[in-house]
Amino acid sequence: MSTATADQESVQIRRGLPWYLLLWRDKFAFASAIWFVLLLSFVLLGPAFLNETAIRLDLSARNAAPGFEHGWLYIFGADPLGRPLLPRLMVGARNTLAIAGSAVLIALTVGGILGMIAGYLGGLVGAAIMRLADVISSFPSLLLALVVLYILEPHVMNIVIVLAITRTAIYLRVTRAEVLELRERVFVDAARSLGGSSTHILRTHIAPMIAPMLATIMTVDFASVMLAESALSFLGIGIQPPEITWGLMVSQGRNYLTQAWWLAFIPGLAITLTALSANLLSSWLRTLADPVQRWRLEAPKVEKAAK
Amino acid sequence: MLRYIGRRAFQSAIGLLILFIAVFFLARLTGDPAKLMLPINADEALIQEFRVREGLDKPVAEQFVRYMGNVLQGDFGHSMRRNVSALDLVLTAYPVTLQLAFITMAIVITAACVVGSLAAYRPGSPLDRAATVTSLATASSPDFWVAITAILLFAVTLRWLPTSGYGLDIKYWILPVGVLFLRPFGMLVQVVRASMINALSSAFVKTARVKGMSEGRIIFVHALRNAFLPIITVAGDQMVGMLNGLVIIETIFGFPGIGKLMIDAVSARDFPVVQASILVTAIAIFTLFIVIDLIYVALDPRIRHT
Repeated sequence: MSTATADQESVQIRRGLPWYLLLWRDKFAFASAIWFVLLLSFVLLGPAFLNETAIRLDLSARNAAPGFEHGWLYIFGADPLGRPLLPRLMVGARNTLAIAGSAVLIALTVGGILGMIAGYLGGLVGAAIMRLADVISSFPSLLLALVVLYILEPHVMNIVIVLAITRTAIYLRVTRAEVLELRERVFVDAARSLGGSSTHILRTHIAPMIAPMLATIMTVDFASVMLAESALSFLGIGIQPPEITWGLMVSQGRNYLTQAWWLAFIPGLAITLTALSANLLSSWLRTLADPVQRWRLEAPKVEKAAK
Repeated sequence: MLRYIGRRAFQSAIGLLILFIAVFFLARLTGDPAKLMLPINADEALIQEFRVREGLDKPVAEQFVRYMGNVLQGDFGHSMRRNVSALDLVLTAYPVTLQLAFITMAIVITAACVVGSLAAYRPGSPLDRAATVTSLATASSPDFWVAITAILLFAVTLRWLPTSGYGLDIKYWILPVGVLFLRPFGMLVQVVRASMINALSSAFVKTARVKGMSEGRIIFVHALRNAFLPIITVAGDQMVGMLNGLVIIETIFGFPGIGKLMIDAVSARDFPVVQASILVTAIAIFTLFIVIDLIYVALDPRIRHT
């Protein structure tokens, strides 16, 4: 249906618009991009300039409310030790983003590859991989985290590994389910009868078909991994103070919820905004990559006329 | 089909055994319960007595053999902290988690299918934009943070609902179910929408339209059924996460569920309770996996399990 509309209105569509114009066409995605640029500058500049202020105690500003009373660094208030919230947020951004990002990438790579093998080959190998996935996902992530972090130490890299292991199964299962269906399609049969090897078929014919589905899950997963990290911190087994992450700030602020709501609220808001921005950007990217949908960005006015 | 179920059950049993062995030995790597449970100034004799009583003085392999023997006779041992059967503790806690999980998932799947399908019907329409942004926002909100913010707003400031507690009264369930609903809902709406856009552009939908079928029937009967595979996969994974215990929600809202029991047992190194709760949750989860695979077959006859 959408293709038909696109054909009728194609006169007005301008091809080859630069990407930043296409980004501007989607206002939500544009706002998200700005948020990420802001975050990146936090990540790059924050630690260099603000490490000192993020841990400086100022007992006169204990639980200071958001405002300008104690200077601009205290615009979001201060924690029970009088450490200003804004620099802590900036320093925490780096840990939070790096942990979630690397965990998701590892889970996607491992889960995607294993899922394609399980779905395409089936048989004994497939069954073995799927039972392995069953074991992993029925293994309580908390116990896994506890074991890994007690034996090794609660170092950033180990937390990434724990988070990646717990998220692998979903990519594995989604990939397998899709491949199970795709391998019965005619174009796969055609590729096979033309002599395409399994790796060739998986890479050039099947992978592009499942990529959008995986991308949808991946970006939403980025949020849940950030949350999982904060859950580990909440239970006292994640990143340990004096390291700073947003999740840790939320859990620390929880104890002062009734006296100083901003301590938990603002870092949580930062997590939410970041996750939301990632999702909005990915939805824009998906529209951009989809030939059936792309015209909506290239001709936004047509969209209104077509209704 | 029965043979398939039988074989899956057998494979699951092997998986369970691997999990069980792994848990037994890994749990013992995390620390010594004697040091945690006895007072800090307890002398050697007391510690030794505790170890002998709990059978911790034997080599780990011997402990394992003895434990497996007892389990096969249905004896999961006693909690080290309280003199209660470990299995009893688990079986009283699990229904709480199951109720919470099933109620929430039933609402999530229904709501996500309706909202996702309507959004997919006209991609790019205001309804679609609204549904997409809302679902992205709920999927992006950390339940941990939403829970404490909701408590602050509805329980502390407005005093409409209790801050925490467990009971039959619906007022205890509104906040936990409401908070738990958000993220799976947001995630599922995305999947429903993507899958439905795909299904609605298929030839069979055009055929149905040509035959003069009502749009409602096309969307919710024919397209939705064909779009259901990825939906089931993701919903199933969310359900698995819930069956493993809703630690955050149960801790924050004071629900005596399996998640809270497990985290308490793990941090106190109460091994019998840890093992019993993991075994029971794993059985539930493996059963769910088999059910999901059967649903695949029921929905799409092209998939055959032999």
